[in-house]
Amino acid sequence: MQTIFTRGPSLNNRLSLALVMSIALIIVDHKFDGFSTTRGYLNSLMSPLQYVANLPGEMLNWSAERVTSQQQLIAENEYLNNQLLLANEQLQRFQLLKNENDQLRALLAAPLRQEMRKTVAELMAVDNNPFSHQIVINKGNSDDVYVSQSVLDDKGVVGQVIEVGSTTSRVLLITDVTHAIPVRSQRNSIRFIVTGSGTLDEVYLEHVAHSVDIKVGDILVTSGLGNVFPEGYPVAQVTSVVRDESRPFASISAQPLAKLDRLKHLMLLWPEAEAETTEGSDDSTAITVRRDND
Amino acid sequence: MINRHIGIISVSLVIALVLQIMPMPIQADVYRPDWVLLVLAYWTMALPNRVNVGVAFICGLAMDILLGTALGVHSFALSIAIYVLAANYQRLRNYSVWQQAIVIALLGALYHLVLFWLQHLLTSIYFQFDYLWPVLTSMLIWPWAFWLLRRTRRRFKVS
Repeated sequence: MQTIFTRGPSLNNRLSLALVMSIALIIVDHKFDGFSTTRGYLNSLMSPLQYVANLPGEMLNWSAERVTSQQQLIAENEYLNNQLLLANEQLQRFQLLKNENDQLRALLAAPLRQEMRKTVAELMAVDNNPFSHQIVINKGNSDDVYVSQSVLDDKGVVGQVIEVGSTTSRVLLITDVTHAIPVRSQRNSIRFIVTGSGTLDEVYLEHVAHSVDIKVGDILVTSGLGNVFPEGYPVAQVTSVVRDESRPFASISAQPLAKLDRLKHLMLLWPEAEAETTEGSDDSTAITVRRDND
Repeated sequence: MINRHIGIISVSLVIALVLQIMPMPIQADVYRPDWVLLVLAYWTMALPNRVNVGVAFICGLAMDILLGTALGVHSFALSIAIYVLAANYQRLRNYSVWQQAIVIALLGALYHLVLFWLQHLLTSIYFQFDYLWPVLTSMLIWPWAFWLLRRTRRRFKVS
């Protein structure tokens, strides 16, 4: 091995080249968003690594499933049956209310709310990058996933898709510092913007005047404004309201209803206008103004 | 046999990348060592003519894609950290393993601070002490990683 005679450019030149290229990449990627399509390809290229990284967890799950005792299964079965019964009971009433609502809307000549296409995705990876909250799911371009699609779990809104690979896609959580979501209070329909805080169990409501009627325990649901999230899905519950008159706005924090630290199964939504235009699955479809649900 | 040498190095780096993104329980996640930095550091010290800033740059890009950061952030930080090592490899080789571990910890701190600083410029994030736990775990893992990689290198006669 040669240590005195090195080949190629000197170490200093290599460093300068690497740093200049990194900075150029950062600027192009972050400021001009120049790699949105390339990143899709790169993600697909890297997805085998993600599948490999997921293997040990999958194997643990699999062996845990093999060794569960019959008693546990019976208990779980019983629990699930009870849950189903309760859910069905609510569903019966829901059907009635839905019909009634449709009739009322028809009377008012308002457009009817439509059923949307849904699909279940599984969590593949959680980013250990402490500065951003992103997860990877096992659905991608081949399942018509598109950028800015809404992602939910069984309790509430989880986030939105930001990058689509061929079989995987990346989801930005609502708690990420760069994420904001338009909501309204379920109690009195006042509109707010919920922004991420950078910690998984907290979000902030910003620019809320002191006089606004909001209380601890209020449920915030998506308002459907902004045309990204469909209307009416629960997002967060208000946990603290501090009205310090020396500050311009009240400082309000809330807790996301989705269990963001223990996600496993997720739901992807296709609001109805999207169903016909997912073909391109480009930014163009993401911006397409959906015929709003109301 | 150039291909076998490059093969072994690439395999070790791919394993490091997989370890870096492997899902872990959220309580253990903040303590995850910087596997990629450790493996790159070993190869830079052992074979600086094969692995140095260029390889670090490429690994950084792979990490940017896998972790979903802006392209170039990890490659910037890794290039700087590996540059420091590559410029001083002859001195560092003569250190004992624990002295090396301290150097690795300092490098890890540099790496994380550069990462934080870059991302702070891009988005409004705030520093938490938790971000520096990997520095400590990397330091504790280093002697074992060093031992394992040295055995691998001697076993397969990588040069």
